[in-house]
Formats: sequence, structure tokens, C-alpha cells
Amino acid sequence: MSETNYHEESAGFSSKTIDYIQRASSTGLYEIRGIGAKRALPSFDDLVFLAGSASRYPLEGYREKCTTKTVLGTRFAKKPIVLDTPITIAGMSFGALSANVKEALGTAATNMGTTTTTGDGGMTPEERNSSKTLVYQCLPSRYGFNPDDLRKADAIELVIGQGAKPGGGGMLLGQKVNERVAQMRTLPQGVDQRSACRHPDWTGPDDLAIKVAELREITDWEKPIYIKIGATRVYNDVKLAVHAGADVIVVDGMQGGTAATQTIFIEHIGIPTLAALRQAVEALEDMNMIGVVQLIASGGIRTGADVAKALAMGADAVAIGQGVMISLGCNSGSYIHDGEHISAQTEYEALGTQAGACHHCHTGLCPTGVTTQDPILEQRIEPEVGAKHVTNYLKTLTMELTTVARACGKSNVHHLEREDLVALTLESAAMAKLPLAGTDWIPGVTDAK
Amino acid sequence: MESLDLHKIGVRDINQYFHKELPSNGIKEIEIINSAGEHNIAVGIETPCDIDIRGHAGYYVAGMNKNANITVHGNAGPGAAENMMSGSVRIKGFASSAAGASGHGGILVVEGDTSLRCGISMKGIDIVIGGSVGNFSGFMAQAGRMVICGDAGEGLGDSLYEAVIYVKGAIKSLGADAQLEPMTESDYESVQELLDFSGFEHNPKDFKRVASAKQLYNWNADAEQEY
Repeated sequence: MSETNYHEESAGFSSKTIDYIQRASSTGLYEIRGIGAKRALPSFDDLVFLAGSASRYPLEGYREKCTTKTVLGTRFAKKPIVLDTPITIAGMSFGALSANVKEALGTAATNMGTTTTTGDGGMTPEERNSSKTLVYQCLPSRYGFNPDDLRKADAIELVIGQGAKPGGGGMLLGQKVNERVAQMRTLPQGVDQRSACRHPDWTGPDDLAIKVAELREITDWEKPIYIKIGATRVYNDVKLAVHAGADVIVVDGMQGGTAATQTIFIEHIGIPTLAALRQAVEALEDMNMIGVVQLIASGGIRTGADVAKALAMGADAVAIGQGVMISLGCNSGSYIHDGEHISAQTEYEALGTQAGACHHCHTGLCPTGVTTQDPILEQRIEPEVGAKHVTNYLKTLTMELTTVARACGKSNVHHLEREDLVALTLESAAMAKLPLAGTDWIPGVTDAK
Repeated sequence: MESLDLHKIGVRDINQYFHKELPSNGIKEIEIINSAGEHNIAVGIETPCDIDIRGHAGYYVAGMNKNANITVHGNAGPGAAENMMSGSVRIKGFASSAAGASGHGGILVVEGDTSLRCGISMKGIDIVIGGSVGNFSGFMAQAGRMVICGDAGEGLGDSLYEAVIYVKGAIKSLGADAQLEPMTESDYESVQELLDFSGFEHNPKDFKRVASAKQLYNWNADAEQEY
């Protein structure tokens, strides 16, 4: 027997799996953590663009106009949302994030002419005041949900599910439930905030239609109503959301992040954004609702290329959560204080992790101050600095988006189309229903040649 | 008293009247006739006033009410007075599921029975039920008081936080982390106060107290059970 056989790791019982079993055996508890799926999944990385050449006419990359204006909520709302970019900031709660972070996100969104979104626990004044256009979530828990803030919002997002945990409720562990968070959520300080996985006052699609109507009645039919679904049976869920009267549908794929959820949810429940988006578009096409109901894709959108691919596949806009957190400093080796970069190495080590691999949002001990309510740690995000970083990030993504659009010959990013894309892998070709690069073959749709 | 014929005016225009005209027209008493079980009647009202709905109401009657006193002279569909902030809502008949769901304040009185999940996720509202409540009432109730003059179905008070439930009749079963606790003088006073407001004649001494055992308050993320 060769020596290597003594050191061969089992594929089935890898060191990761062994760690999992031994951890479960020692604690009797499942793991709860933050961030999104860590496993490799079919994604927008598996698609590439076919830019202009002889058969298509590209636009000059830096000079020719390329519109990014995006309008959401044109179906029923008297006051649709008009954005300067199709890149929006996803719903993340005050509680999961600090007030400084929420303020930074609001300021960045305002700078970029886009929206930010509240989360579980309600709307903070910092967030409302810094956000020109704010989307207010109505979640199953209804923590902090009230008619005054409902009227202050510019749009309402009725959250049915989240890509990181479809079918599961939210969690905010007690260490992050400080006095202010507890007061906003009507909970004792230090108690775990558990959110129900279903809404308290409706249970099915017919009820949902009446719930949407109620929210419209309360807000005098002025504000767009989004319905957000965690990606599972997307085709049917999108159809039901249309039936319920949504102006906008948000489809959140399994790469979407969370502040605290069971790992088994994050890694094993839901489908990738790539597959979810295609199903959502098909549902809208089948109902003749393209251009009537707008579609926002979310869940692991990171780059301008991701945005361009999502739009080409049929999304009207995207929503980004983890990307903006990383832009703020999540998983950075340092934080910024008075203009100086200060190492956070010690704090990462205390959590038993390192920059680049941290998923400890649930602990409230975020080394860079993004996902914390700790009065010292939260000062590591200065709202002005954070806003500048997020603004730069969103600006970069928008520039990349227009660069790709121009290369494809589009003077409007919303003119990107499926015909501009091909897939690099069989899986992505089948999920996105796009031809495998260099062929006309769409697995499951056309015959292989 | 202003009389609004829902059949003629429609729900949307009635709600617009409450939101846009009522705050400035000085009218304090309104009746809605021909309600015919329509959904979303009198939702999102902020102006102090008395509203009488003559007939049955569908889903979400008086939803998100703030300041108004609303009486339904009939039965109510699911989600009556959901997410109420203040004021009062009285259902003269029966109420369907999720009555008073996620209510933050004010008082909901149902003279008859309610269906499933009465007071689910309540956040400070007081709820008084003249009859019985269905299964899983008080689920994840965070704050407020619920008085049940009749019986309670299965899973009462499942995953309770700080809300307290008082029951006169039989409890089919308690939900996870809910427990029976001794009544205190403060509890008797609470029950009496809520019964008096509601106009129900019962002896507070006949009620039982259900509250959280608080065993689910903290999922221990840092548990070290090595042995």
C-alpha cells in the first residue's frame, strides 16, 4: 500500500463533514450563521456575453449615451419609483445592521438615485432621513410595523420568503437585541427574536390578494407594492404574486445572504438565482406581464457583469445585500477610524475565523462593525465613510453595466436581451435556457446538433 | 351622523373619505350601511371618531386602526383589527381567524367566538373574547393581554413572549413554552378592567393565567456541552 493512501481524505466524509458531525455531537445544536451559501453553485459566472462585431454594431464605450433609468411599480401605483440605476439595495434590518450602517446605505442610495430597503424590525429615523427613496418591508413578524412608517415609505415590499431561508423565519439572537432594538420590536432586551415563517393574517394566494389590497387601501393606492419570494417553486409563486396584484416581484435566489439562519437552510434549501430568474421571467411571459409587472433579481449579485446578465435574462432591476456589506467593510482585514486603517485581526481571531471567511454576523461581534449593535464595534463604520464606499461600489457596477450594454450595441441597459448571452456549462445552459457557447443547443429545449 | 352607503360608494372611496376628508371635516360619528361582507373596510384610519358598520365585514376590517372606535354590527372575516395601534374595535358577532393579529395597542372586543390564531403576534393590544377561541391563539404573542371568556383550542399561547392570556373555560392544550401560572391581585384587576370595558359579566376569580415559561427565550449559540 502506498503511503498516500494513509492520507487520502474521504470524498463523502471530508474534513468539513467530519467537523460538522463532531460539532453536532459535542453541542447537540445545529449551526446558525450569517452570510449566504458558501458552496459552488451554477451562477451568472457561467454565462458570457456575445458582444457586437460584424453582425452587431457596438456603441463606443465612453462617449455614447447609455440610459440606466429604471421605473418600478407601473401596474397599479399612482406614484411609481423612478431610479437612476437598476441597482437597488436589498432589505436588511436595523438590528442585524447598526444604525450607522443603515444611515450609510441610505446616503449611498440617495447619492446613486436608487432605493434602500428596511428589514425586520421596522424603519429607523436615520434610515428614513438619509434615504430619498425607501422601500418598507412588511414581514411575517410585523416587528415595528406601523401605519405611520407605512405612509412615510415610498414603496412597500411584502416579504413572503428570503433566498437564504425559504420556508424559514428570521432570527436575531439575543446578543444583538439591545435596548433600542428590543423597544422597536416589542421584545425584552437580550431575548432571541424569532420571526414566524408565515404571515400572521393570511395563509394562501387568495388571502394574499386581499392583503395586498388592504395595504393599497391604507396607502391610497399611491405606493408600489413589491412581493418578495425566496426562490423555490418560482414559476408558480411568481404567477400567484401577479394574481395577488403585485406591482413588482422580487425573486431572491439561494445565494442571498442572511444575518442569522441555520446553515442547513443556507446551503440546502432553495434554488440558485440563475435558475430562479429564468422561471420568473417565463411566468411573466406566460401571463403577458412583461413590462407590466417589474422583476427584481437578487441573491448573490456582486458585479456589474452579474447585473448585466440579470437584466439580459429579463430582470428590470437587481437588489444587492452582501455586496454592499462587503463594500462597507464586511470581511475586510481592517476598519477605518479617523481616516486610518486599523487591523481587526485580533477580533477575527477571537471569533475563531479570519477576514475573508467570516460569517459571524449572528454573534453581533462583527470585527469591522457592520453587523453589530455593540456600542464600541458599531463606531467602526462611520456613516460618511461607509456611504462613500457603497456609492463607489454602486457607481462601479453601474459603469460596468453600461460598458457591457454598449459593447452589445444597446443605448439603454434595459435593452440587453437573452440573445446577448450564452452559457459555459451544461447546468447553466439548462437552468437559464440559454445555448451552450459555440452551439445552438439549449438542454431541454432544443436538440443537440 | 354621516351615513355612507358602501354599496353605492365602494370600499376605495370610503377609505379615501376616512383618510382625506374626515381629518378636516369635523364629523365624529359615521355609519357605514350595506357593508355586505366587503374586505378592507375602514382600514388605516388615524382620526378620532366613532364608526358603526351596519352588517358583516370581510377581511381586515379596521386594519391598522389608530384612534378610531369602530363597531361591526355583524361578523368579521380574517384579520379583524390587524396591527391596530390604538382606539377600539368591537365585533358584535363572531370573528374569523387572526383577529387582532400583531396589534400594538388599543382594544379589540369580540362578543362571539373567534377562529384560529386569535391574537397571533400581538404586540401590546388588549383582546377580549366573549366566547371561545380557535387553535393556536396567542401564537408568538409578544405583549398585551387577552381575556377569553369561553374555551381555548389547541396550542394556546404557543411560543409566547411577554403577553398574558386569561381563560375562563377549558383549554384543549397549551402550546410550546406556554404554562399555567397562579393568578395575582394584579391579574384579577386586569381581567376585571377588561371585562368592565367590554361589558361582560364574569368573576375574575374564575380565570386562569397562561404565560411564557421562557424556555425558548434564548437559543444558545455559544453552547458548550462538551463532556
